[in-house]
Amino acid sequence: MTTLTAPRSWDEFMEGVWRQNPLFVMVLGMCPALAVTVSAVNALSMGLATTFVLTCSCLLVSLLRKLIPKEVRIAVYIVIIATFVTVVDYAIQAISLALYDALGAFIQLIVVNCIILGRAEAHASKNPPLPAVINALGMSAGFTLGLFALGSVREILGAGTLFGVSLFGPNFQPWVVMLLPPGGFFVLGAWLLLFSWWARRGLGKPVKEAVEHV
Amino acid sequence: MSGETRQPAAMAATQGTPTAAMIKALGLVSAICGLIIVGAYQSTFDAVAANKRIATERAVFKVIPAARSIAEFVALPTGTVEKLGAGGTANSANNAVPGAIRFFAAYDEGGQLAGIAAEGAAKGYADTVRIMFGYSPACQCVVGIGVVSMRETPGIGDKIITDKAFLANFTALDTRLNADLGALAHEVKAVKHGAKTQPWQVDAIAGATITSRAVGKAINDSAQLLLPRLVPNIDKLGKS
Amino acid sequence: MITPIEIRSAPHVTGARTVEKIMRHVVWSLLPICAFFVFQYGLSALASIAVVTASCVLTERFFIRSGTQAGNLGDFSAVITGLLLALTLPPGFPLWMGAVAGVTAIALGKALFGGIGFNVFNPALIGRAFVQAAFPTAIASYTPSFIDGRFTEFIPTSLAWPLMLPPDTAAWLASKHLDALAGATPLAKWKFDGVLAGASELLTSLSGHMAVGPSPALILLCGAYLAIRRFMDWRIPAAILGSAGLTAWILFGLDPVRYPNPFFMLFSGGLILGALYMATDMATSPVTPKGMWVYGALIGLLTVVIRYYSGLPEGVMYAILIANAASPLIEKITQPTPFGKPTMAGFGRKRKGATYPLNPGYISREDAGAVTPKKRFLRNKPKKP
Repeated sequence: MTTLTAPRSWDEFMEGVWRQNPLFVMVLGMCPALAVTVSAVNALSMGLATTFVLTCSCLLVSLLRKLIPKEVRIAVYIVIIATFVTVVDYAIQAISLALYDALGAFIQLIVVNCIILGRAEAHASKNPPLPAVINALGMSAGFTLGLFALGSVREILGAGTLFGVSLFGPNFQPWVVMLLPPGGFFVLGAWLLLFSWWARRGLGKPVKEAVEHV
Repeated sequence: MSGETRQPAAMAATQGTPTAAMIKALGLVSAICGLIIVGAYQSTFDAVAANKRIATERAVFKVIPAARSIAEFVALPTGTVEKLGAGGTANSANNAVPGAIRFFAAYDEGGQLAGIAAEGAAKGYADTVRIMFGYSPACQCVVGIGVVSMRETPGIGDKIITDKAFLANFTALDTRLNADLGALAHEVKAVKHGAKTQPWQVDAIAGATITSRAVGKAINDSAQLLLPRLVPNIDKLGKS
Repeated sequence: MITPIEIRSAPHVTGARTVEKIMRHVVWSLLPICAFFVFQYGLSALASIAVVTASCVLTERFFIRSGTQAGNLGDFSAVITGLLLALTLPPGFPLWMGAVAGVTAIALGKALFGGIGFNVFNPALIGRAFVQAAFPTAIASYTPSFIDGRFTEFIPTSLAWPLMLPPDTAAWLASKHLDALAGATPLAKWKFDGVLAGASELLTSLSGHMAVGPSPALILLCGAYLAIRRFMDWRIPAAILGSAGLTAWILFGLDPVRYPNPFFMLFSGGLILGALYMATDMATSPVTPKGMWVYGALIGLLTVVIRYYSGLPEGVMYAILIANAASPLIEKITQPTPFGKPTMAGFGRKRKGATYPLNPGYISREDAGAVTPKKRFLRNKPKKP
């Protein structure tokens, strides 16, 4: 049960990245996804911060899963998650104040990101540490990828740059709306559309696959 | 699979968890978390403090280019000026005094007073625009501004950082005090683009009039309060 | 002999007035306005109208072909969207931004909801709102009308490269012996400089180098044609202009120094065009006559409020979009009383929404045997003439 072969763990990992992508398939964690993705750097930083919190929380929850009484499990999860959010909060302040200002309250708000509580409750609390961490890493990779997809499009259209590097020269006309909150909704909507089109395009094929999985 | 097999067993075991066990579990988790937080706080404390100091220094150096070191002061409503903890860290012991205004004295390489930097804030188009401006006692004028925080429309309101013609307003913006040192001789005010005639007026950016006005108002409000307290005490700032 | 029986759903009797016919007449009535726009601004206006309309039609074609959207290209509705959108944009608006506006108008404003008749908001205004949020500087840059040589050269901003900033028009205007401020619209001049333009000049758009859209007088004329032919309901424009004029007049009466006269309010900006052609979009305005008055009054009021009290000089677009969003609600609260229901004349009697009285004969035996308050039915039975 605990001895997982490599391909199985890889599947577990890719599950979060692709088939159950938290942003585009489960549509969770919308608050940071819309608010901080004005640039690729912000989006990646937010993704990495969430990765850290998610992975560490899932590890700890999984380690302590037999000790946690079910009546108080949610409280315990929140305490654990809040702990790692505080750690990330300090770490980002120590790394760069500019980044800390850009991400603003959304670092603290990782606490209420439903992806994390969802993973802790649905997966980490029932699985041994290794699979729990692999699942958490997969989910966070999917989340980070999603945030990056949003952030890069918004930065390219909104400022003509990617990671601060100018792509179109000084005469680029910025699409101001992309940096404003509505831009987040437009880009998210476009990505959701693309993802569902992608998923539906292969609707004929994966039926067989799905049967095998079950 | 593992989850499914364990679930019934776990449920049976925890059917009636005794209170003591719950408290024990919570206590254990809290202890672990507490340790982690304290560890993180300790290990990042120095780096965070250094970052904050660097950020403040950078903001001050931007508005007073000659500055090489800074010290933090407060101007109290009684008209006196007090020095705060060294380095401009977030030492908030004296901030509690109502009406006290924080400002930074900047010193040049020789340790001579190069200028004063203070913050001002006013309502802009989207939200409050907070700026830091540099004041030079030598010419009694504002010699530079920097934005501390704002949420103005990208591409329009945020021209106040980039627009060279606008920033040229703040190379020598007249903030002289009137005869009895009670207020500014002339109110600092943003005027319509192209209408600047006096050294105490700010030539607004065309299309970003509201944000430009906010900058003018922020400087004016802050200077009206700070300078009457500061100018009589300017010698007390001394050397670094 | 067996006669084939064709089975199909209602309606079985249709009138001569079809969607295509109405839309075709609206396009015809828009053509003189477009011609006037080209007369004012020359080549750039022509290119702008062509590009914006083409991008609307092509986007519509794409969505209809891909099966995402109902409707067909022959109904001219995309053409109307394109023409109206082009008329609301500045004549020197970069063509690539115009194409973006056209694509957004159809994709976001129409295809997203399912095509013609399903859209909640006026597609042309969605397109304009998007580009106003995306390119706020370009959309506020008007150029003076009736410039010499307008039929032989473009306004320099029109030909900006895709994704690139439009060039500064100050040098070009200087070569035409006009200062940069001549490009401000009358509304912007009033809002930021306190300069008022005369009502009669605004009405014709002919005098001087004013940076305005097509003449309100012409738009009123073309709109009147549509209203007379019953392709447009006259109540909505009447309500909009009435309420905007009334609000502006009251405010003018309160403080003539601070507020401009009501004629300025009515004839400046896009109020007339918006009132006659955009607010009257059939899919996005209420169908009940009383609702039309409420809807129009709301637009007029909002327009004046936005113009006076917000950071924007023009408020017609947002006023119409807000009223579009409110129109289902307006329809709901202005349902007409069905024939036979007690009307307002029956005082003291509570009206209970639009429910038809059931004839006891329709009720099945079981139901009738259960609880049938027979007296009520008799009392509410439709009277025989």
